[in-house]
Amino acid sequence: MNKFKKITLDGLIYQNPTFMLVLGTCPTLGLISSAFSSMGMGLTVLVVLTLSNIIISALRKVIPNEVRIPCYIVVIATLVTFARMFLEKFVPDLYESLGGFLALIVVNCIILGRAEAFANKHTVAESAVDGIANGLGFTAALTVMGVICEFLGNGSLFGYQIMEFRISMLAKPAGAFLVYGICIALFVYIVDGFERARRVKANKLARENLLKEGV
Amino acid sequence: MSTFIAIVLSAVLTNNFITAKTYGICPFLGVSKKTSSATGMGIAVTLVMVLATLVTYPIYTYVMVPLKIEFLEIIFFIFIIASLVQMLEKIIQKLSPPLYGAMGIYLPLITTNCAVLGVTELVIGDMSAVLGTASMNIGWAVLYALGAGLGFTLVMIIMSGLRERINCYKTPKAIAGFPIAMVTACFICMAFYVFSLITL
Repeated sequence: MNKFKKITLDGLIYQNPTFMLVLGTCPTLGLISSAFSSMGMGLTVLVVLTLSNIIISALRKVIPNEVRIPCYIVVIATLVTFARMFLEKFVPDLYESLGGFLALIVVNCIILGRAEAFANKHTVAESAVDGIANGLGFTAALTVMGVICEFLGNGSLFGYQIMEFRISMLAKPAGAFLVYGICIALFVYIVDGFERARRVKANKLARENLLKEGV
Repeated sequence: MSTFIAIVLSAVLTNNFITAKTYGICPFLGVSKKTSSATGMGIAVTLVMVLATLVTYPIYTYVMVPLKIEFLEIIFFIFIIASLVQMLEKIIQKLSPPLYGAMGIYLPLITTNCAVLGVTELVIGDMSAVLGTASMNIGWAVLYALGAGLGFTLVMIIMSGLRERINCYKTPKAIAGFPIAMVTACFICMAFYVFSLITL
């Protein structure tokens, strides 16, 4: 059980694909001007990533090592084609707002990266947990930045107008770069702070134990 | 002639792939630490974008549309791009070893670059905002790909020059690396935003 907890924490915080590894930046920067489309992108990637992790880890003993990358790409491209058809039919609003970035999920580094780094070495259950954790980490990061950008840049939240004040630069790619940069810096600072506090506490405990033994 | 100017201006400046569309950000952030490698990456991406459009556009219009298999475009295009890049790598390696030494290492990275798949998807979509009354054909599609590649190279070179200067200074640990690069990119985007005010 401890193993699954580690996989989940890695995907959500310590190896967060958006803030720690800085992967899948194109859709992030392109869509965070609207909270709705960034959350939709995150959820689409969550589903595609989980399914591709499950399929690739189930096939990991069948796929020859030399041609593994083309095999992964076929799996991912097929899943993205399904996702595109599904969204076009059932969620046309989201399909419109994602635009070209929907097809570009195929070349999203997160999905190929998890297939190459995790799914081809682990069991199906572990890969599924890893896919969900990484997908949730990506979705959470995108939604937080989407809310910030949309609220400050457009004065609205998920499409509902809240205030008249707006900084229109934040709704453009320039603002997306700025908000993304500041969010990475804050996230790294906070995670580093927790790590430092934990290390100080561990050192203190060790010193107290040593003193006790010495006495 | 006016279509020619409209396409080039739109692809290079007003709808620049990095600053307006945010395509191809991975190489933009990953390979922009030195001006020489940024130039090599930019030229390699331009070459692959032009060749990929030259192959995918006719295949889409003359094979996939008559056979009604447009829904397979993602799978077809990613395979065409991947095999094209492999082939190009082997050809360059055989014909010109010095050129291969200069840009060979960037070629495998280009397969998973959003900018290449992005341009092949864009030219088969609705381009009426750029073309005006003219209709899309292979010539305009390749010209658009060439312009987009040149715009990409331009922004890569500007970014790498700025990053070389930033590396001379000491930055706090939390903002070193990606965050400071993102803030730099923000200023480049603001400068390029002025071009989007041009009406054609």
